[in-house]
Amino acid sequence: MMSSVLSHSPILVVLLPLLAGPLCMLFGNRTIAYFVSILASLCSFLLSVYLLSLVSDGTVLSYHLGGWAPPLGIEYRVDAANALVLVIVSVISILTLPYARKSIEGEIAEKHHTLFYACFMMCFTGLMGVTITGDAFNVFVFLEVSSLSTYVLVALGAEKDRRALSAAYDYLILGTIGATFFVIGLGLIYMATGTLNMVDLAERITSLENNRTVRSGFAFIVVGMGVKVAIFPLHRWLPGAYTYAPSAISAFLAATATKVAIYVVMRFIFLVFSTKFGFEKDTLTFIFFPLAIVAMFAASFTAVYQVNLKRLLAFSSVAQIGYMLLGISLFTVTGLSAAMVHLFNHALTKGALFFAIGAIIYRIGSPMLPNMAGLGRKMPWTSAAIVIGGLSLIGVPGTVGFVSKWVLLKAALEQNYWLVSLAIVLSSLISIVYVWKIIEQLYLQPAKSDDAITEAPLSLLIPTWILILGSVWFGVNAEFTVQVSTTAAESLFHGKFLEPATIMGLEGRP
Amino acid sequence: MNMQFDVEFLLGHMNYWLFVVLMMTGLYIVVARGNLLKKIVGLNIFQAAVFMLYISMGKISGGTAPIATGNPDEIYSNPLPHVLILTAIVVGIATTSLGLALIVRINESYGTIEEDEILELDRIKSDEEIEKLKTEASNSK
Repeated sequence: MMSSVLSHSPILVVLLPLLAGPLCMLFGNRTIAYFVSILASLCSFLLSVYLLSLVSDGTVLSYHLGGWAPPLGIEYRVDAANALVLVIVSVISILTLPYARKSIEGEIAEKHHTLFYACFMMCFTGLMGVTITGDAFNVFVFLEVSSLSTYVLVALGAEKDRRALSAAYDYLILGTIGATFFVIGLGLIYMATGTLNMVDLAERITSLENNRTVRSGFAFIVVGMGVKVAIFPLHRWLPGAYTYAPSAISAFLAATATKVAIYVVMRFIFLVFSTKFGFEKDTLTFIFFPLAIVAMFAASFTAVYQVNLKRLLAFSSVAQIGYMLLGISLFTVTGLSAAMVHLFNHALTKGALFFAIGAIIYRIGSPMLPNMAGLGRKMPWTSAAIVIGGLSLIGVPGTVGFVSKWVLLKAALEQNYWLVSLAIVLSSLISIVYVWKIIEQLYLQPAKSDDAITEAPLSLLIPTWILILGSVWFGVNAEFTVQVSTTAAESLFHGKFLEPATIMGLEGRP
Repeated sequence: MNMQFDVEFLLGHMNYWLFVVLMMTGLYIVVARGNLLKKIVGLNIFQAAVFMLYISMGKISGGTAPIATGNPDEIYSNPLPHVLILTAIVVGIATTSLGLALIVRINESYGTIEEDEILELDRIKSDEEIEKLKTEASNSK
């Protein structure tokens, strides 16, 4: 019985939250909705860990939906890369839910809490689905499932600040344009190849390097996903959405949504389109590479001048996405593994920081930096979490930030890109400025007179500290993450994902 | 390259020309119009263009609806793009309704659906916030 359930785990990780969403609405009670969501996330998490344990040695799993063999049937494919992303998303989901239960009390009207959990589950479903699917059109469907619920979740912040509404609207317009570009791209490559299964696409596309339809399809897909990733000039929606969303949602989005989108970009660039294509290498070298460097500096500079702490972290996220893009655009296994390792590490760090900021907002009711003067003494645990998270953003040894910058530097030096490694170090120096700005406010400024402020409640502190401890733990014992992400990078770069896979679950239909 | 004016090529790809025109019209409306409602209309035109692209590529000249008749020589259109676009239409409807709902909420709280005015109101609000922080800071000194 157990083994037959486990053999369906690739579909269950998506199906359980998908069922939990409507169930939350049907029960209509926020406590039940909360427990249903927690249960679904927990099961998804355990199954993702199980999947990661199966694929961490480099095997690839293939699951045929309903037993229909691909390319006709839809296929879910698991390799080390997407199993890692699945684990990240489900871990953050489990931590966000207990946090959200407390933090939304002051942010969202009570009658909307059930709706909040339902939307959260749909968003979670979409992110898991995008990650695990092996069918290109399925990516679009799940992408829209997660995006539509994200727009609602961002707009729920309107209770506190009406600007959440215009932020959600901007995100809706840009997100839809991005997704529609993605579908146009899919349509074009479908026209040229006649298939939508990723493995099948990769096979048929290898002989089509000079086909103009395939090339424009590639352009549409990269730009479309670029909006979702928030690649530097396409990041306009991100600061607003992160700033005005409820605290728990800011943390969840910062830690997962852009990461999943970056993973999709990697998958399309390295697996679906052949890495041998000249135009692809040119895209990476002449477009991604400069944009990544510009993002690292421009977004960090913008972050320095922000007064709203959530907005500051949002711009820092844009800069950190620059590091991941830099890793991808180096076009080597080490570069890719730097991107993968940073994807994991940044999810921990940014999630923890947004959690900690949310805890402060829960107490003082404002995200503005000057209002946080002297909180270091009143909220010692929260402030300490911000300090450690900030150190990790800079990349101080002993935190995960150091590990990812180290791997990235190694990848740049491997290619003898001295200037690039200099740029990485210099942009980290800018992050010292904005992290110091926060630390100075928290510890060196005199406290405001109202003494009513006390330490944040435990239900907010525990998720924050789990992520902070995680970021220290994986910063000291880096072997595990580096090893998994190297396997993942090799799987992406050498196209292991495309090789014949072990079939899980049902099979046998033609 | 053969730059000869090829009427057959132009007319034969009529659907695709229309797709390009519609797509750019929609995208232009989204970018250029300040009225939030008109932006949604633009977005709809933009998405409808994509539906046309998909439907066009499934069409085979002389093909009928893809229904099994038992005749092996029957030529029928490729049904897969139609199925895909059904999904995309559903997504489009969901996006439109969510966008409209957001516009209603924006109108309730801002009293306008013109982008310029909303940006102006937002700017005034953030200026006020910073002003408030400054006065608080000078009071505490």
